Amino acid sequence: MRVHAKRAGVLLGGLMFPAWSMADWTLNMAPGVTGTSNEIFSLHMTILWICVAIGVVVFGVMFWSIFAHRKSKGAKPANFHENTLVEILWTIIPFVILVVMAIPATATLVDMYDTTESDVDIKVTGYQWRWKYDYIEEDFGFFSNMSTSKDEIYNRVAKTENYLLDVDNPLVIPVGKKVRLLLTANDVIHSWWVPAFGVKKDAIPGFINETWTRVDEPGIYRGQCTELCGKDHGFMPVVVKAVPQEEYDQWVADQRAAAERERELTSKDWSMAELMERGEKAYASACAACHQADGSGAPPAFPALKGSQIATEDMQAHLNVVVNGVPGTSMQAFGDQLSEVDLAAVITYERNAWGNNTGEMITPKEVFEYKNQE
Amino acid sequence: MSAVADTHAQDHHHHGPAKGFSRWLLTTNHKDIGSMYLIFSFAMFLLGGSMAMVIRAELFQPGLQIVEPEFFNQMTTMHGLIMVFGAVMPAFVGLANWMLPLMIGAPDMALPRMNNWSFWLLPCAFLILVSTLFMSGGAPNFGWTFYAPLSTTYGPPSTTFFIFAVHIMGVSSIMGAINVIATILNMRAPGMTLMKMPLFVWTWLITAFLLIAVMPVLAGVVTMMLMDINFGTSFFDASGGGDPVLFQHVFWFFGHPEVYIMILPAFGAVSHIIPAFSRKPLFGYASMVYAVGAIALLSFVVWAHHMFTVGIPIAGQLFFMYATMLIAVPTGVKVFNWVATMFRGSLTFEAPMLFSVAFVILFTIGGFSGLMLAIAPADFQYHDTYFVVAHFHYVLVPGAIFGIFASAYYWLPKWTGHMYDETLAKTHFWLSFVGMNLAFFPMHFLGLAGMPRRIPDYALQFADFNMVSSVGAFMFGASQLLFLLIVVKCVKGGEKASAKPWDGAEGLEWTVPSPAPYHTFSTPPVVK
Repeated sequence: MRVHAKRAGVLLGGLMFPAWSMADWTLNMAPGVTGTSNEIFSLHMTILWICVAIGVVVFGVMFWSIFAHRKSKGAKPANFHENTLVEILWTIIPFVILVVMAIPATATLVDMYDTTESDVDIKVTGYQWRWKYDYIEEDFGFFSNMSTSKDEIYNRVAKTENYLLDVDNPLVIPVGKKVRLLLTANDVIHSWWVPAFGVKKDAIPGFINETWTRVDEPGIYRGQCTELCGKDHGFMPVVVKAVPQEEYDQWVADQRAAAERERELTSKDWSMAELMERGEKAYASACAACHQADGSGAPPAFPALKGSQIATEDMQAHLNVVVNGVPGTSMQAFGDQLSEVDLAAVITYERNAWGNNTGEMITPKEVFEYKNQE
Repeated sequence: MSAVADTHAQDHHHHGPAKGFSRWLLTTNHKDIGSMYLIFSFAMFLLGGSMAMVIRAELFQPGLQIVEPEFFNQMTTMHGLIMVFGAVMPAFVGLANWMLPLMIGAPDMALPRMNNWSFWLLPCAFLILVSTLFMSGGAPNFGWTFYAPLSTTYGPPSTTFFIFAVHIMGVSSIMGAINVIATILNMRAPGMTLMKMPLFVWTWLITAFLLIAVMPVLAGVVTMMLMDINFGTSFFDASGGGDPVLFQHVFWFFGHPEVYIMILPAFGAVSHIIPAFSRKPLFGYASMVYAVGAIALLSFVVWAHHMFTVGIPIAGQLFFMYATMLIAVPTGVKVFNWVATMFRGSLTFEAPMLFSVAFVILFTIGGFSGLMLAIAPADFQYHDTYFVVAHFHYVLVPGAIFGIFASAYYWLPKWTGHMYDETLAKTHFWLSFVGMNLAFFPMHFLGLAGMPRRIPDYALQFADFNMVSSVGAFMFGASQLLFLLIVVKCVKGGEKASAKPWDGAEGLEWTVPSPAPYHTFSTPPVVK
C-alpha cells in the first residue's frame, strides 16, 4: 500500500512540480562506461538538440500563426503561395544538417565494427530463455539464468532491488581489455544488450555475429534480451561483472578447475538420492521454464511430464528426447547443453518426481556411452 | 451545369438502395462500400484498442497481475496486426471509396463488383485471425513482425490460420489498390489534369502503387513460412540450410513501404483541411506532390534500417543510414508547407482543424525520433526498446489515426447531411490529445532508460513512467467511445449541413448536396 501511496504522490508531484520530483525519474539515455557508449551518447545529444532547434523554429512559426492569425481576431487571409527561393532553401538547409550529422555517425559506426586485436574472446549463445557464455581460449563455459524467483514475479513476496535483472552466473570480463563477443543462438533470435556498454547485437541461429567492448570501470552492469524470443523474453537478463585483471585471472583459474572437477564426476558412482538431489536443481534451471516446476507443462506447446508416457515408459526413448530434442518443436537437444551428470540427474529426476515413481535411474556413465555410440 | 442529375429523372432511371441486408451484401455503390469499410475499421479499432488496454493494464505495475506472458505476447501481436491491417488500412480505403469519385467527378469506382468483393474478404480474413485466439495453443504470439524462426519452427499451431488470413487481406488490399488506380487514371472529370488533382487523390494514387508493389512481397514471405511449417522446406531454418535473416529482409521490404501506406493518405487529407480552415490556398501544391513521390520512392531503399543490429556489413549499414536520413528532406518539405499555409491565414479551429494541427505537431515529433533512429550507431541503443514503441505510436496515432479523425469530421456533414456536435467533437479531440501524449511520451524516457519492448514485466526503475503511460492509455481508449457517440448522433440528426459547410473548403465534393445523393456525377462536371 505504501508503494502505491508513494507512487501516487510522485505522479501527482510530477504533474504539478516537474522540476522537483523529476529527479528520480530518468528522462535521458545514460552516457555509459565505454568509449563506444560515450560516443553514442554524444551523437544522441547532438541529434536531439538539432531536432529541438528545428522544432522550436517550425512550431514557433506555427504557434505564432495559431495565436495571431485567427479569424476571431479579425485576421484577413493573405493569398500567397509558391515561392521557389523559399522552397529551395527549405530543401537545401535540412540536407546540409543531415550531412553534418552523418559525418560523426559514420566515424562511430566504423569504430564499432572494428573487432580486430581483441584480448579476450567470448562466445555468447542465446537459448530460450537464458544465455550461455563460452570462454573460447580457456576451455570452459556456463549458463546464465535469471535468479529472480517466481514468488517475486507473482507478487507473493516483496521485489528486490535488481528485480528481473539478477542472474545466477554473470559474465565476468577484465577491465581495460578489448573483449570480443561472438554471438549466436540455439533456437530463435535473441539480442544481447548492455546499455552501459553501448553494445547490442542480435544472436541468430546459424549466424555468428561479432561485436566488442572495452570497459574501464570495474562494476556490475545489467541489460536484457531485446529481441522477442518467446514467452520468457522478459525474463532473460544479461549481467556482466567487470573486474581487475588479477581478480579475472584468479576467477578463470577457479572456473577451469571447477570444469575439470565436473568432468571427473562422470566416472563417479552415483546413488539414486544424489541424482535426485542434483536432478531437481538441473531441472529447475534447464526444464522448468517450459515443463513447469511441478511437471504439469503448458500444453500443447510444452507437454506435461507428470504421468507422461515419455517419463514413465521406455528409458531409451526418454534419453533420446532429452539428448537429441524433438525436431520441429520447442524441445531442444540438451546433449550439448548439459553435462552427462546433469543429463542423468534430470532424467532420473523426471522419472521419479511428481508421482512418476518408476524407481528407475540412469548413471552418467550410461549417458556418456549413449552419446558416444551415436 | 448541375452536378446531380435532376431528381425527377433519377426516379425513373435509377433505383435507390435496396432494402435490408442484401443492400449491404450485394452493393456495388462506392458510398455504401465506403461506409462499410469505415464501420468495419472502427470496430477493429475498438477491438485492437481493447487489446492495448489489456497490455497497459498488465504493465500498470511491475510483476505479473492480470495475464500470463504467453497471453501477453498474443495481445501485443494481435493488437499490432489488427490495428495495421484491420483499423488503419481499411479506414483509408473507406475514405478513398467515399471521396475519390466525389473528388474527381466520377459516378463510382471503376470496378464496382471487385470493390464489393475486396470489402467482403476483410471480415472473412479477420474472422479467421481473431478465431485463432480460441484455438489450442492460442493466437499468434510472435509480434506483428512475426520473425522466423519464432513464427515457424517455434510458432503455435494457429500460425497457418494467421498465414491464410494475411493472404486474404493481401488479396483484398491489392484489389482495392487496382480499383483506386483504375478509377483515378480513367475516370477524372474532363479538364482535371494530373497536376490539378486534389492532394488526397494524389496521395492515394501513390499509396495504391505502393500497395501493388509490396503486398505480393508480404504474400511471398508468408507463403515461405507456410512451406517451412507444413511442407518441410527450410527457407528460414538455419539447421536446414535456410536463413533467418532472409525473413527480415523480405518482411521489411514490405514493411517499410507499408508504414507509408498508412500515412500518405493522411498527408493528403490534412493538405485539404489545413487550407480550408486557414482560408488560404495550400502553399506549395506541386512541391507537395513531388515530396510524396520522393517519400514513396525512398521507402523502397531503406528497409534494413529496421535491422541495424542483425549484423549486416558496414557498407550496407552506411547505405541504409544515409538513405533513411534522406527521407527527412521531403518529409520536412511537407511540414514546412503546412506551416506556411497556416501562416497569415484566417484560422478557425473546428474539430477537423484541431486534429490536423495536432497531426502536424505530433507527427513531426514522431519524425524527429525517426531521424534519431536513423543514426545507426545511436540505433544500437534505441533498437527494440520503448523508444521505438514511442516513435511508431507517434507517427501512427496522431499521424494515421488523427488524420482519419480529421477526415471523418471534415466529411461527416457531406456523408450524413448533418453537422456533428462541435462541442462533443472538441471534447473528443482534447481527451484524445492529452491521453495520447500521456500514454506515449513517457515511452521515450522508458526506452532511453533501457526498457526493452514486448516484455510483460519490467525492472523497478521503469515503474513510474509505465504507470503514467497506462493512465494515459486508458484515457485515450475511453475517449474513443465518445467518437462513436458523436457519429451515431450525427447520422441520426442534427443541424442541416449545406452543400459546402466549411467556408474555406475547395473541391468537387462540395458541389453536390449534403448528404451526397446515392448517385452523383452521372454526368461529369467540367473542371477549368
